Amino acid sequence: MSDSDKQEHEAAELVRPYVITGGRHLPGEGQFSLITLVTAAADHQQRPARLSPEEQEVLRMCVGGYLSVAEIAGHMQLPVGVVKILLAALSEGGYLISRPPEQRAPVANLQILEEVLNGLRAKFG
Amino acid sequence: MVSGPSLDEQAYVRGGETQTAVKILVVGHFAVGKTTFIGSISEISPLSTEETMTRAGEAIDDLKGVQGKTTTTVAMDFGRLTVSERVVLYLFGTPGQQRFVQMWEDMARGALGALVLVDPERLADSFAVIDLIEQYGLDYAIAVNHFDGSPLRDERALREALDLLDDTPVVVCDARDERSSAEALITLVRYLMDRAR
Repeated sequence: MSDSDKQEHEAAELVRPYVITGGRHLPGEGQFSLITLVTAAADHQQRPARLSPEEQEVLRMCVGGYLSVAEIAGHMQLPVGVVKILLAALSEGGYLISRPPEQRAPVANLQILEEVLNGLRAKFG
Repeated sequence: MVSGPSLDEQAYVRGGETQTAVKILVVGHFAVGKTTFIGSISEISPLSTEETMTRAGEAIDDLKGVQGKTTTTVAMDFGRLTVSERVVLYLFGTPGQQRFVQMWEDMARGALGALVLVDPERLADSFAVIDLIEQYGLDYAIAVNHFDGSPLRDERALREALDLLDDTPVVVCDARDERSSAEALITLVRYLMDRAR
């Protein structure tokens, strides 16, 4: 790759997120965390053409099952903020189901820690 | 054009419709072994993402050795472990630097706790990470990643150097070894359980 090619490539990478998100802003705090689990809604298996290519790509990825927001960003190789915006748009359109992590009482937290402990012991003990 | 990979079945969260997702942070300075640690525990190949809008650092991310690492733009690495039919655990790793404050807020919110990986040869490099963890009010344990041949200070000296509380657990691990890594996580989880009681 020549230097000018490289510069052009980098410039394209810088511009892209803004184009992908259509200039939209981040969704409100709390709608999507890194570990919010997301999947495609069952009745939207065929993707309307009015979705952007990236929105269609995210939706296609989500048809196979549940993934966390972080995993979608990792697989798509897009920044988390960009993915949150795409997910918000898809969610608004009714294409996605999301399961945010619950706020837990301390007692529930203790039960979860116990499951983590037992799971680690069972797998690596 | 984005060409998303087609994912195989294992990529998805098993029983995702009923799973509770939780996370533990694996933090430490650059090149301390976070990615190795996460990779040894994770059931998926570790993934990485960036919060920033530039990807210019990507090409140098693969440089081996500590010197190259200091010039990367960062990212956070993460992995996943399904621990039961009800709980799926995510491990998030990132360096402790104030300039990634947005990422830290995202990562720290709702985290069960943090494992701080330290290199016994470079203890001072861990100060910033421990400061951040404390700033976000997360409970943590220290895992000394014991590379081949590096001398391990006695625990007392290490506690003093890192200014740890008496009940903060310190465990030695080899991040390349899954059982050793799991043992370090177990130490953290037991400590978190004590704190939750």
